[in-house]
Amino acid sequence: MTAIDMNPPIGHIESPGPPRPSRRSLIRLFFGDFAASCLTVLTAALLISMIPAVNWAVFDAVWTTDDPSACREGGACWAYIAAKFRFIIFGVYPPQEQWRPLLVMGLVLAMILASLSPRLWGTRLVYAWVVAVAAMLVLMWGGVFGMTAVSTSNWGGLPVTLLLALLSLGLGFPFAVFLALGRRSVLPVPRLLSVITIELVRGLPLVGLLFVASILLPLLLPAGWSIDKLGRTLAALTVFAAAYLAEVIRGGLQGVPAGQIEAARALGIPSWKAVWHIVLPQALQKVIPPLTNTAIVMVKNTSLVLIVGVFDMLSASRVAATDPAWPSPYVESYVFVAMIYFLICFGISNYARWLESRVQARSYR
Amino acid sequence: MISALLDNRRFRSWGGQVLLLGGFAALLAWLVSNTVANLHARGIRVGLDFLSRPANFPISESVLPYDPSDTFLWAYVAGLGNTLTISILAILLSTVLGLVVGLARRSKHPLTSGVAGVFVTTMRNMPLIVHLLFWYALATIALPAPRQAFNPLPGVFLSLRGFYIPSLQLDTAAVAFLCAMGGVLALFAYFRRRFARTWIGFAIAIVIAVALAAVIRPSFELDTPQMKGFNFTGGLRLSPEFAALMLGLVIYTSAFIGEIIRGGIDAVPLGQWEAGRAIGLSERHTLTKVVIPQALRIIIRPMTSQYLSTVKNTTLALAVGYPELGLVVGTVINQTGQAIESIALLLGIFLTISIAVSLFMNWYNARVALVEAR
Repeated sequence: MTAIDMNPPIGHIESPGPPRPSRRSLIRLFFGDFAASCLTVLTAALLISMIPAVNWAVFDAVWTTDDPSACREGGACWAYIAAKFRFIIFGVYPPQEQWRPLLVMGLVLAMILASLSPRLWGTRLVYAWVVAVAAMLVLMWGGVFGMTAVSTSNWGGLPVTLLLALLSLGLGFPFAVFLALGRRSVLPVPRLLSVITIELVRGLPLVGLLFVASILLPLLLPAGWSIDKLGRTLAALTVFAAAYLAEVIRGGLQGVPAGQIEAARALGIPSWKAVWHIVLPQALQKVIPPLTNTAIVMVKNTSLVLIVGVFDMLSASRVAATDPAWPSPYVESYVFVAMIYFLICFGISNYARWLESRVQARSYR
Repeated sequence: MISALLDNRRFRSWGGQVLLLGGFAALLAWLVSNTVANLHARGIRVGLDFLSRPANFPISESVLPYDPSDTFLWAYVAGLGNTLTISILAILLSTVLGLVVGLARRSKHPLTSGVAGVFVTTMRNMPLIVHLLFWYALATIALPAPRQAFNPLPGVFLSLRGFYIPSLQLDTAAVAFLCAMGGVLALFAYFRRRFARTWIGFAIAIVIAVALAAVIRPSFELDTPQMKGFNFTGGLRLSPEFAALMLGLVIYTSAFIGEIIRGGIDAVPLGQWEAGRAIGLSERHTLTKVVIPQALRIIIRPMTSQYLSTVKNTTLALAVGYPELGLVVGTVINQTGQAIESIALLLGIFLTISIAVSLFMNWYNARVALVEAR
């Protein structure tokens, strides 16, 4: 066999392939003119000033140790997170029963994964969520099916954060629909009541509502009624979520063309049926992407329950850091908790972006 | 007869409304009667006369002068003073930082826009209270004692006891001078159209400033903190609570403001930039005379709600123990048990602030809004 000449014959013109990234354009991008050079230097200075933080968090950090005193010197003490992981995630839930909150978190994850695809959205999914949340509460409470009862004062950590977010959004949603419909009503009484409720709640800080729920609610209810601390906090979060959801839903209602309800009237459909079967489904479909925004806000807001002494993930991490055996690793605690919140919220916001791009793609078709 | 009445549209709508109103009134009456019974059973007397009694509790730092022998009413005022101070400072600083972040995100420079993007994404996706606790932990645990204070800039010392920064000592003449100059500048801004050239106005302002300074002789002294014994003297001390609160609030809010500003500029149609270039405006004039005025109109609404939520977010200061209104209310409730009055006061004040800010922003919005052709 003759060797094949790999060199192209003289005169052959090489086809212009994809342009290679040129070194010069990068230099021009970073130091092309005065402004670009300034930006490069400034940003680089900012990044260099972060080096001590990176050293603390990565290179000087203690990653694994069983001996707390090994953390006295130098960087971050991630070994502490490993040691306290269970406590931060589950709080003071009885250790031998912690498979139950674990199962609850698994259920939350499974239900969220099942609800991701818009193809599955429908009444059946809503029923599935109701059943799932009921199952979560039964799992947390126990007292049936041979599970020992665990009072809400022993609930803690991530399951409480997740349940508060889910329940406040889920319970607030029906109220929000009525408030939004009331605000758009032509009748003065429901409109006024809705406007007052929505604006009152939105004008107040959540801390104020939590004060009302934890201090005033026992005074407002008859003497015999007692709601535990977790329930009262949930009530405040629900009212808060309802007011904010109502404004989002109102936006969706405004987006439904007036012709829809006129057409229904022309067909002789009673107005409440037209609202329920024609306007609301269209409005709710429109507001799902902006609703994810409210979901992020509520996930972040559940952390405020720390102020009234509910033992959520943030409180658990704070209590974990008070252990005198470790050299007060508060910063590590908060960084760890912040990362969990970040993963949840970042996940939701990316999902929202995907949903929105899908809606846009469909409307251009 | 009855079915005819039920079929009547007007009767149904009015009947429904009366029922709704009646139900609401009944709910309110029920809550009030419960409260009255509960208060009676617990022997709590409702009334505002406790406000004139001495408070007898300390407030760790206050913008307004406060002493434990002052009344409860004054304790509330001091708390409100702190709330307003941190609100205004946080809004100003986070607007400046937010502008930097927003412009950096729009930058064509990949490094700058990338860093700004990472900043915005991380900061927005964590709860504010975690930010505050993080900075507070950093300020109270990670910093060195005053003797080995961290000295990042000349005159600035960060230590466990607080942050020490240089302060500007002004005498009365200096304050008067600054006020007068502020007035002069405001007048020039108001009458700026009267001057053929901007520099004429500037020149007149400088002449007035020099003349005024020669007459009243203001003194500006920079007071830098010095190590004396075990602690610093001189300069301005920021408590760890205040510093943590400001850092957390400003960083968190600036990420949101940056996105609002970026969104506002991006929302101006590309055609506006192109039209500006087409009529021969420079890049800078296209931005300042064509794009920014339109972006501002878009930005106002989201910015208002962001400012309002910043004011409401200052209540989270009680997580780090900075004595703003929420913390004072909590302390008063612990001391006196006057929960209803205290919480009503807290809610009333925040509602007033909310309404005032939205009224102001509505007025401003109406002023800058485009008068659309009908």
